[in-house]
Amino acid sequence: MGMTMTQKILAAHAGLPYVEAGQLIEADLDLVLANDITGPVAIHEADKLDKKTVFDKDKVVFVPDHFAPNKDIKSAEHCKCVREYAKEHNITNYFEVGQMGIEHALLPEKGLIVAGETCIGADSHTCTYGALGAFSTGVGSTDMGCGMITGKTWFKVPSAVKVVLTGKPSKWVSGKDVILHLIGMIGVDGALYRSLEFTGDGVANLSMDDRFSIANMAIEAGAKNGIFPVDDKTIAYMEEHSNKQYTIYEADEDAVYDEEYTIDLSVLEPTVAFPHLPENTKTVSEAGEIKIDQVVIGSCTNGRIEDLRTAAEVIKGHKVANGIRVIVIPATQAIYLQAVEEGLVKTFIEAGAIVSTPTCGPCLGGYMGILAAGERAVSTTNRNFVGRMGHVDSEVYLASPAVAAASAVTGKISQPSELGL
Amino acid sequence: MKACGIVHKYGDNVDTDVIIPARYLNSSDPAELAKSCMEDIDPGFVKRVKKGDIMVANKNFGCGSSREHAPIAIKASGISCVIAETFARIFYRNAINIGLPIIECPEAAKDIDAGDTVEIDFDSGMIYNKTKGNEYKGQAFPEFMQKIIAAEGLVNYINQK
Repeated sequence: MGMTMTQKILAAHAGLPYVEAGQLIEADLDLVLANDITGPVAIHEADKLDKKTVFDKDKVVFVPDHFAPNKDIKSAEHCKCVREYAKEHNITNYFEVGQMGIEHALLPEKGLIVAGETCIGADSHTCTYGALGAFSTGVGSTDMGCGMITGKTWFKVPSAVKVVLTGKPSKWVSGKDVILHLIGMIGVDGALYRSLEFTGDGVANLSMDDRFSIANMAIEAGAKNGIFPVDDKTIAYMEEHSNKQYTIYEADEDAVYDEEYTIDLSVLEPTVAFPHLPENTKTVSEAGEIKIDQVVIGSCTNGRIEDLRTAAEVIKGHKVANGIRVIVIPATQAIYLQAVEEGLVKTFIEAGAIVSTPTCGPCLGGYMGILAAGERAVSTTNRNFVGRMGHVDSEVYLASPAVAAASAVTGKISQPSELGL
Repeated sequence: MKACGIVHKYGDNVDTDVIIPARYLNSSDPAELAKSCMEDIDPGFVKRVKKGDIMVANKNFGCGSSREHAPIAIKASGISCVIAETFARIFYRNAINIGLPIIECPEAAKDIDAGDTVEIDFDSGMIYNKTKGNEYKGQAFPEFMQKIIAAEGLVNYINQK
């Protein structure tokens, strides 16, 4: 019986020729990540271990991004805790405000993770790096703290769900629409404990930014990881961003999958997830008249340069609808600068949107765009749970940057075709 | 080891944002987190919960964010065990790592109602509903996880190795 792509990476990191679903293994880690919320708890746990030094100062990453730039005194204390630990332990990859970005956009951009590697991060969206053909998964703070000291962690080898992508998406359909469509099909626990392995000739028609968005939201289907095969686009991305040696793993032809789904990208439409679960999907055409109060374009799901280009293309020459607050958050400093240089920031500001420094802020109801009771937001973020962006009686509709930008112009859930695009 | 208490019952997909909303994540103090536990799904929980009580839910309990603050808040609120049809995987790991007992048991999750008195025998995995007189067999932990639980968490387990 063959192995899936994920199983092959795990076997290599456990020093085993073969692993199978359900097997408990101890794997070597190539990268261990935490942020300003999960980092302090991880550090507190790590300090209880007998061994006090990190396993490799180049393989531990701290990114204060959630409540940074510091939103209040308590958050400032958390960031300080992470900053001081990083300094004390000589951590190479600590990213201060000014260098930082939203962690899951930042790490691939900085070339810290490449194909074939194994990464754990104390943030559920660590699964993003599967877009590069790496095994990466979210864990809690204790797992992160122990991984940071020992360089190892335990895994139960997952079985997998195969998702075959075919065809080419139309102009305004992006990776976000693909993953929302999939979660709508299989549900928020449709891949629980398992890998989502993407394959098929449609993969070649998805940009790296599309793939990052898709892998990013694998967790929203309950998956342990989401992973893409490595192709020319992946290699070009890694060669541009990283000096690290990558390893290409491919699923065996006789790999066994629990389930298989096929998605024809050419027939997908702009999709939106209604409150209060990412599985409550409808096409924008089916959405009806949903008036909104706020739009957020950003996050680890959709704050990359292509996302901003798409949003700017839709919004250019228009004004934000009267009374709508539009918050654009480039995911990293490099993306921000590129958006300035390409004139995207000018487009947003002229339309009446604001452009913020990188932060996770509003996505998790932290700061920089909290909703009041009864308010509705269209957001390119990843979760629309009760109270996620603010008051328990507020609502979040998850969508792509194209849909978010069109909605910003009309003041209701809309798609670019409604603006004649 | 045994647990016995009154049940607080929830449905499907209880996410970590309702277990402990992100607006409280500027603290990592268990007692402070416990004050806001379940606030966005069950505002009366904190006043109602008594030490030793049991939480029961349906599928995919603890989905969403990786925040360990979620099982920490539940444990610090006094809950002695969470029973669910299924758990989201990060929550599952986190609960074991911090020593919050959890059991997957679809039959128990379906049959047990809010207010029932339930006893759990962790050694056998048996769950007894004292109110209804029913019993259910929960899924036992793999030996490896039992060792982590016996060591009262991952940190001690690693220190003992």
